[in-house]
This record gives sequence, structure tokens and C-alpha cells, in this order.
Amino acid sequence: MIIELGHFAMVLTLGLAVLTALFGISAGRGPFAAGLRSVPSLVVGQLVFTALAFATLAHAFLEDDFSVRYVAENSNTLLPEIYKFTAVWGGHEGSFLLWALIMTVWMCAVTLRGGHLPERFRAQVLGVMGLMNVGFVAFLLFTSNPFERLVPFTPSDGSDLNPLLQDFGMIIHPPMLYVGYVGFSVAFAFAIAALLSGRLDAAWARWSRPWTNAAWGFLTLGIALGSWWAYYELGWGGWWFWDPVENASFMPWLIGTALVHSLAATEKRGVFKSWTLLLAIAAFSLSLLGGFIVRSGVLTSVHAFAVDPERGAFILIFLMIVVGGSLLLYAVRAWQLAGRATFEPSSRDFFLLINNVLFTVALVVVLAGTLAPIVYEAITGGKISVGKPYFDMIFVPLMLLLAAALAVSPPLNWKRTGFARIRARLGIATASAVVISLAAFLFIESEVPWQSLAALALAIWVVAGHVQDLVLRVRGSRLPGLAYWGMFAAHLGFAVSLTGVALTVALTEERDLVMSPGQVVEHGGWQVTFEGMSSVRGPNYIAERGTFRVAQNGANLMLTPEKRRYSSGGSIMTEAAIDPGLFRDLYISLGDPLDGESRAVRLHFKPFVRWIWFGALLMTLGGFVAVLDRRYRRVKSPAVQAVPEPAS
Amino acid sequence: MNRASFFVPLAAFVVIVIIGFAGFQLGDKSVLPSPLIGKPFPAFEAPLLENASDVRDENDLKGRPLLVNVWATWCPTCKAEHEMLMKIRATSSLEIVGVNYKDQRNQALAWLARYGNPYSFNLFDADGQIGIELGVYGAPETFLLNEQGEIVYKRVGDVNERIWAEEIQPRLKEMRGGGV
Repeated sequence: MIIELGHFAMVLTLGLAVLTALFGISAGRGPFAAGLRSVPSLVVGQLVFTALAFATLAHAFLEDDFSVRYVAENSNTLLPEIYKFTAVWGGHEGSFLLWALIMTVWMCAVTLRGGHLPERFRAQVLGVMGLMNVGFVAFLLFTSNPFERLVPFTPSDGSDLNPLLQDFGMIIHPPMLYVGYVGFSVAFAFAIAALLSGRLDAAWARWSRPWTNAAWGFLTLGIALGSWWAYYELGWGGWWFWDPVENASFMPWLIGTALVHSLAATEKRGVFKSWTLLLAIAAFSLSLLGGFIVRSGVLTSVHAFAVDPERGAFILIFLMIVVGGSLLLYAVRAWQLAGRATFEPSSRDFFLLINNVLFTVALVVVLAGTLAPIVYEAITGGKISVGKPYFDMIFVPLMLLLAAALAVSPPLNWKRTGFARIRARLGIATASAVVISLAAFLFIESEVPWQSLAALALAIWVVAGHVQDLVLRVRGSRLPGLAYWGMFAAHLGFAVSLTGVALTVALTEERDLVMSPGQVVEHGGWQVTFEGMSSVRGPNYIAERGTFRVAQNGANLMLTPEKRRYSSGGSIMTEAAIDPGLFRDLYISLGDPLDGESRAVRLHFKPFVRWIWFGALLMTLGGFVAVLDRRYRRVKSPAVQAVPEPAS
Repeated sequence: MNRASFFVPLAAFVVIVIIGFAGFQLGDKSVLPSPLIGKPFPAFEAPLLENASDVRDENDLKGRPLLVNVWATWCPTCKAEHEMLMKIRATSSLEIVGVNYKDQRNQALAWLARYGNPYSFNLFDADGQIGIELGVYGAPETFLLNEQGEIVYKRVGDVNERIWAEEIQPRLKEMRGGGV
């Protein structure tokens, strides 16, 4: 009975979402004017009912209620309790329930934290978000219903959660991504509300910024978790594959990053207004594309559409309405919002423009590389991979340019900066960056490609420039605000990630070899001894475990990579064994058994690989710290309360 | 800015949607025409993957019909295709020559050791030079060559059972039946 309660709660949510959209968007005008005051309660109602629905599904999982089809497909009596709970979002249907839940949480956050917004403006923002939620909940109920029963043919046991998902990284990776994706709906709703009301000023940009930063922070974290997970779970030792699924999360991130920066220029200088709106629309559209399309399986093959035409059609139509509708609104309204400010190439405005251009180009590159195989398959039926060489060829120079622009940026003023100021505030940093880079180059003994050296030098320059800027600021008048610290951390994070990528790519030593028990090999200065194989029994799998003794200068440790065979379904998973370190990882994964006792073994020595994710964590931290800046919590001033009538 | 320019994003989106729909309508039938069909395999010089000091050229591809398969370890579709190539190798007398495209030597050798080697030999095309000559879009791509070293058929994407049975085998039969 309980699961039907959840189903019913979602139907109620749908009704509330429709009302929110109706009352919110009309914002106290027209036939639904009276509904304005009820918008906050409607939002809270959506959260309560969606949470209730989520709870009923979780209950069904924990109680092993295999009469619910979604539970039967994604759980099993042997599944450890914690994974029974996380399996709630392990499949397509449940992950959309989580998506809808996160949406209602963001809406509630806007309601509660948006007290300083003019009431009508806030109602419009919530109305637009409500409209999006109508789409999400309708998609859930009509095409992806997790509450369906398997009656009367109830299986006695479920077919288990995909073993790939039985892992800590995978438990938190999708929710973080979703919080980021859905979070961009706030920036999107602000943009639509600005277009509807004809209001786009510094206050508007200041309202949007914390929400955009927060969503961006979550998305950064989600992507980093995904990369980390792929590294230790897939057994290939790679940290980014330019896989369509990864690209789907990377695209909104690229545009979101551009948006974070263009919002700064819009707030402080009133420039890039219509461009900011376009970025906000694009960031959310790409989030939708990412969220919908990864789960629907279209990225792996267009045939997923044929298998499930209802779902595919819904996604396409919803995307077309959202993207087409908002772009139409933009086309009709955005010209009224154009700014008049001018700036010179030596200004912060200009460098933010460079940032935006580079991130937009990066997006186009990734979008083309991701969609090309799909379009190609749709047209010819053949499968093709554009793959790593294409992305590397374009991405490396783009990121180097970006790093160079970032390195020069700290001393820049808005509008115009004199050369004397740049020299005074960046001179020491540049000189020390040159010295440190040269010293580092001498220290690196092996042959390293120029791209890595350039990236390393630029990363050092970025750090040095930001540190000098910080020192000058702290010595100067007063301590900078949290927004500055957030920027500082995020930019430092970029440099750290860049260093990690440059050095991992250049210095990784990897070998695939065949080892028999007792054999010793030298790898990356380590002595690796294969002691032998043993069998281990886990809660719902049986594993073959290899034992490797690894020694260097008296240090001695054991690494035990596994091949696990899961009892239901029989899928086999590779668990790599990793000895993590700040400056290097030692990574061993097991291949297939060969003749006799010997095994295929993959040995990796990966210097600085942790820095990639550590940098991403710094970026995330930067995003969150910036949200807490006092500027964003200022009480509303009477002057900005009224929403002007939309100009015709 | 011009008012009309604000319609550009919308127009771009509409164009993408139209292309998308047109693409899905076209279905499974059309084949990319290649200007290379009927032409000799382009001239090249490349070292072997297996042995960097052994340099081969286009003359090594003449004298018997063969498949030239462009592959790489970074290409997931190639991995899917690999099994089919192994099967062709096992069940037919057709020779397969690999072009290891924009790859790393040790990884490529490890791949062959791990998944089996269907190729008589592999040209190592680290900088994609042969790929440019052949107009390669990506990997995998496969070319069927006749005894004179001319390209008879080109396949972009994986060679699967259907391609083997419907496209390659008939052409092969025709070549051999021609009594040359």
C-alpha cells in the first residue's frame, strides 16, 4: 500500500507544480493574480510530497518489496543495507525521482533565502522553476514511473544493483551532479524572470551570483567525484576518457564557468548583459541535456530512442519547448537590456571576455565531438569514435591560453589598467614564477612534452600572481571579503588541477605485463613482487585477490587488487589496488588469468594524479565560500522593491 | 547591437533541430561516398608497430586482396569491432593489415597481446599522417583493397557481421571470381 502512497504524492506534486507555475509566472497580474501569495506554500508543498514519495520508495527497497518493478530490477536480498538505500537512485526511474526532489529543495531554498527579493520577482523565479518541475514530474509519472507494481508475477528475489554502482564514489557522484544540474535552473529562472519583467541591473546580477556559484560548486564536485571513481573502479588507471557521459556533465560546467565570470562583469560594470542571459539559458539547457540524455542511454546509441520511443519523444519535446521557448523570449526581449559601458583591452572586463570566449569555444568543441558520433550513427548507421586525439589537440592549447589569461588577470582594474600598475603588482610574481619554473624543469629528469612544461610554468605563474595580489591586498586597507577568497581558492584550484594534469600525463609510467607468482619487477623505482592469488568471499560476490608486495628504500607495503564476480548476474568487476600519495599513486589492477598460475597485470606509477581532484575540490570550496559573502545577504533597499511593468 | 542579432541563438537552435530531424529521417541507408574508391591506396612510408626500424610503403599492400583496418586503443568501437576481425582472420583467407592510428606503441602492443592479433602486420601511424592521406574521420575505418592495391570499398565505423556478409564478401568473391 505504501508505494501507492508515494505514487499519489507525486501526482499531488504535479498539481502543485502546475499551480506554482501559473501563479508564479503571472506574478500578481491577470486572472491568477490572487495566487501570488500562495506561491511559497505551494513550493513547500511540492517539497513535502516529493520527499514523502522518495521515502516510500526507499522503504520499498529496505523492505525488499520485489512486487515493485523498480525495486526488483535494482535490488537483491543479498545487497548490503546501505546499497539498498542508494539503489533508490541507481536506475533511471529512481534517479529522476531524486532529480525532482533536488529541484523542490532548490525551490524551497529560493523561497527561504530569497526574502530580500521583490515579492513579484521571486514569484516569477519560482514560477519558472515550477514550470520546469511540471516537466520533470510529468516525465517521471508518464514515462519513468518507479512506483509501478509487478503484479501478479512478483519475483522472489531482485536482479541486483549494477555492481558498478555498489561503491562509495558512485553513491554520492550522481546526487552531486544533479544538485549542480538542477541548481542551474535557479540562474535560468532568474534569467527568464529578467526577460519577462524587463529588469536586468546590478541588483539582478548580485541576486543571481550566489545561486550560480553554489550550483557550479556542486557540479564541479560531482564531476571530480566521477573522475575519481572512474580512476579507481574501472581498472584502466585513467582519470578522464572524453566519454560521452563525462562530456555531458562537462558541457554545462564549461558554460557554467563562463556564466560565473560574466555575471561578475554584469554586476560590477553592467556589461555583457544579454550575453549573461544567454549563458544562463545555455547552462541549464545543457544540464537538461546531460541529465536526461545520460540516463536515457541515447548517448551510447541512438537506438535507445527506438527501444523506448515514449521517453525519447518526451525528452526531445521538453528540450525543444524549454530551449526554443527561452531563446524566443530572448530574441524578443533581450535587446532592451543591452548595456552601454566601454572598456579597453587592458581591463578586467576584457579578460573576463577572453575567459568567456575560451570557455564557449571549449563547449563548442566538446559538443561537436560528443554529438558527431550520434549524428553520424543516425545518418549512416555506423559507429565511430572521434576520441581522445581530437579533444587533446584542441583542448590543450585552449587551456594553456586560459591559464595565461588568468595569470595576467589579478592586477587588472575594471575598464582600464595602466601598465605601471600591472608591472608593480605582477612583477615580483612573474620573476619568481620564471625562476621556480626553470628550477622545476631542471628537477624533472625524464623527457617531458613541451605542453606539460608550458602548463606547469603557467600554473606556477597563476599561483605566484594571485599570491602577490593577496599579499598586496592584505597589507593594504582591509581584509578582502569572502567573494575574493572564493575566487582565490577557485583560481588556485585551477592551477593545482593544471599541474596535476600536466605532470600525470608527462610522467606516468604504465606497463601491462604477465606475472607469475614469485616474480619480481622494477617499476617507477619500486620493486613489485607478485606473491600469488587467493579467493575471498564478500557479501554478494566472490573475489580472486592478487597479493603484491611493493618495496622501495625499506618501505614495504601490500597491495591487493581484486577481480570480483557478483553472484547475481555474474558480472565481473575489477577492483584496482592503489597506494595513494600526495606526489604519486601506485596503481595495480588485475587482468585475466593466463596459462597456469600467471596473470595479466597492469602496473601504473602516476605522479601528481591526486592534484587533479584536489584542485577540483579547491574550486568547489571557492564556489561555496564566495556564496557566503556578506554582499549577497544585504537587506533589500526600498529602491529595488517594485518590479517595473514590462516594456512593450 | 542590431535587434535582429538577438534572433541568432534561436535561429541556430532551429537549424540544429532541423538537421537532427533530417538525420533521423534519413535512416540507415545512405553511405558516405569516398573520393578514394577506385583509386590506388595513397603513397606512404611508415614503420611497423611491431618493429620501428622496419619501414613499409604502399607496395607492401599489393599482390593480394586485403583489408586495411584503422584502429586505436583509445577507440571503444575498435574494441567492439576487434572480435569480428579475429573471426574474419580465423574463418577466411583474407589478410588484414592494421593502421594503428594516433596511438602509443606500448599500449597498442599490450592491446594486441591482450585481445589477440588479427593483423598480418601493423603500420604505426603515430602522427596520423596516413590517416590524413586516407581522409580518416575517426576510428575505426576499414578499406578493402584489390590485388593492384586499389581501394574498392570503404567502411567508416565498425565492421560487423552485416558489413562482412553484405558488403565485403560479395566484393571479395567478385575479385577472386574475376580469375586474376
